[in-house]
Amino acid sequence: MHKEYLMGNEAMAVGALAAGVNFVAGYPGTPSTEVLETVAKRNPGNVHVEWSVNEKAAMEAAAGASYAGARSLVTMKQVGLNVAADPLMSLEYIGVRGGMVIMVADDPGPISSQTEQDTRTFAMFSKVPLFDPSTVEEAFSMMKEAFDFSEKWGTPVFFRATTRVDHGYESIDVPDENEYEKHEAEGFIKDASRFVIFPRLSVKNHALIEKRNSELSGILSKYPRNYILPPEGDGGSRAAGEGRIRRKAIATHGINYTYVLDAFHGASRPEILRIAVPFPFPEELAKEFLRDKDEVLCVEELDPVIERALIHVCGKYSIPVRIRGKLTGDIAPSGENSVDSVADALADFLEDDSIRNVSMDLDDMPALPVRPPVLCAGCPHRASFYAVKQAMKGRKTFYGGDIGCYTLGNAEPLEMCDTCLCMGAGINIAQGISRVEPDTKCFAFVGDSTFFASGITGVVNAFYNQAELTLIVLDNSTTAMTGHQPHPGSGRTAMGEIVEKVSIERVLRAIGLSFVETVDPLDLEASIDTVKRAQEQKGVKAVIFRSPCIAIEKPAGKAVVNTDSCIGCRKCINELGCPAVVLDGGKAKITSSMCTGCMLCGKVCPVGAIGKKD
Amino acid sequence: MKTEKDLREVNILLCGVGGQGTILASRLIADAAMKKGIHACSAETIGMAQRGGSVFTNLRLGDSVRTPRIGKGRADLMIAFEPAEAVRMLPFLKEGGAAVVSMEPIMPVSAMVGSSSYPAEEILSYLKKKVKNLTLVDSARAASDLKSAKCLNVVLLGAAVMSGCLGLSEDDIEEAIIDRLPEKLKDLNLKALRYVKEKNQ
Repeated sequence: MHKEYLMGNEAMAVGALAAGVNFVAGYPGTPSTEVLETVAKRNPGNVHVEWSVNEKAAMEAAAGASYAGARSLVTMKQVGLNVAADPLMSLEYIGVRGGMVIMVADDPGPISSQTEQDTRTFAMFSKVPLFDPSTVEEAFSMMKEAFDFSEKWGTPVFFRATTRVDHGYESIDVPDENEYEKHEAEGFIKDASRFVIFPRLSVKNHALIEKRNSELSGILSKYPRNYILPPEGDGGSRAAGEGRIRRKAIATHGINYTYVLDAFHGASRPEILRIAVPFPFPEELAKEFLRDKDEVLCVEELDPVIERALIHVCGKYSIPVRIRGKLTGDIAPSGENSVDSVADALADFLEDDSIRNVSMDLDDMPALPVRPPVLCAGCPHRASFYAVKQAMKGRKTFYGGDIGCYTLGNAEPLEMCDTCLCMGAGINIAQGISRVEPDTKCFAFVGDSTFFASGITGVVNAFYNQAELTLIVLDNSTTAMTGHQPHPGSGRTAMGEIVEKVSIERVLRAIGLSFVETVDPLDLEASIDTVKRAQEQKGVKAVIFRSPCIAIEKPAGKAVVNTDSCIGCRKCINELGCPAVVLDGGKAKITSSMCTGCMLCGKVCPVGAIGKKD
Repeated sequence: MKTEKDLREVNILLCGVGGQGTILASRLIADAAMKKGIHACSAETIGMAQRGGSVFTNLRLGDSVRTPRIGKGRADLMIAFEPAEAVRMLPFLKEGGAAVVSMEPIMPVSAMVGSSSYPAEEILSYLKKKVKNLTLVDSARAASDLKSAKCLNVVLLGAAVMSGCLGLSEDDIEEAIIDRLPEKLKDLNLKALRYVKEKNQ
């Protein structure tokens, strides 16, 4: 045992290793990525770790490992779960042999995602039990319990955390490597009656699942992490009309539990129902909690899962308690909660203003500049977008975007991302738009990792259905947005093995595309020319812009402005939006510490005032 | 019954622009606290905002701390890597709290292409007006004196130690630097740690 300062995601990884996990697969996605990376980094040598091509592949691979008796972990962000939904829904009917934990990171806010979906709701839909830790320490210690539970009940289980637990840090006690549990997989035992999903099997297993979940509701009422925390002090109860005391209490979960505790730091507080496993919902525990209450405030993020469950328990057992929360407008129906929003909700609920957090007086604060994320200085995507924009100047165009750093191409001044929906969607959206608007030149931008994850089927569909579009693959040889994970085109695996690269060009040619050209986007002239030639072709054609992500390459010198020649026209600033180029005394200036020497600004300058130094 | 010591907590807010090195600074503080047996927890921006957006770290030290997030008006100390970001985070600084702020603005692209403005002087004077215990660090000067712009985080950390609100000594942070950083970066960062103190002498 030793103490470490760990991120929640790292703690989950160590928890899985300590539980003897044998097989780990996943697809990168904020805020989930560090779980798999940490397993890879701390691999004692006997764990198979892979970045799968997408979440569906990861889920299936982990299911296979579990069929063979291995303990398996699969990691993804919440929208990744949508991709993996098909195997998961059926897998619940089949069940597992080795413990299988599906780690899903939810993102209230959302901070780095397309949706605010709640995996707790997905758990109810898929009938898969779910663990919901509140702290980094719990992210570690609950993981082993999740594996044991999965194995005991023969079901995959969700391990759902939200961003603030995933990316929170805490100093916690963790076991040394020699204290890790060992789990031996006994191998796959053929049994078609168990592993082949025919309707007859499904109807039988569906009944068994419902019976099991109803039994689990009782068992989970005694699970030590679902508990009632007794009140402190006067319990926050306040006198109500007719000399009666209204007995108020709080129900909460996840990081919100810590916000609630923080709000009462040192002061008295009411009773709290803390739910760590919201599905199957611990009804007996809830009944006991509700027994002597008048009002309960449910402090939840994302969906009102506990709130609905408590309303259900009240109705089912005729318990006269008013349940408040999102459905009553006491907690915001969307967005991320904070220590402040929770303190305010508690202050309103308990009619006690001393609970609120208050800022110093800042009424006269000056207006601050907005600072949204931007493409990095020297990012090759900027050059690719600029080349396409120049090539298509004056034409009616559509630019389908996709998920990755290059979504940031939507910002001014580039404005080269007209749509973004979900992984790989840009290609077929461009196809749909081109059918309705044949006079528009349609482009679809897709990153290399997204191309492999879910772009290939889109290209096959577009090619087969005779679409008119130009596919632009932005190949920076890595999964950049999530922190540079390898992928099938990078020639390296999560275990560090050097493997044969899957060639994007050869995939596209095999599909049948006849125009497939690769160009370095930092060569502006060649890039513009290639795009112009590509879009003149009929059907689906592809340009691959290949230049490595600047975060994994050394800078190639620095750009410098010759202030005598600079005419202060701001073209470099207004057309590129590079964070390294600023205006200083009416002239362009390069922030040397940021510049990577890509020299795109030099190519844009109309008077040749920007040169390069090594 | 909880003693005063049990309830003692230090809340530190670090903020700046993605890519400035706020994360390492918070890690060094946490390391130093843990060495002294103090419970540490933190929350920080990871993800898309790291590409040049506004970023922050909430770092909380103390055994009674139950959540990594810092509420409004509850930070004892703010370490800001950029002046506009310091003002943005002022709602979290407690009345009478200390702030260490790098004076050099980082112009957002939005301000350069004209869709928002950056009132640099107003921002600095507002900080001076609102924060009594304020240390402004001339980071451009520090970078040229230290011949590196990469150790701004440790320069600011040195100023934070000087503010007296960190609850940790220069020796504590020094030890954390020696333990965490690679050999070739140690001398530079130890110099950076003492930079503000020596400048003031």
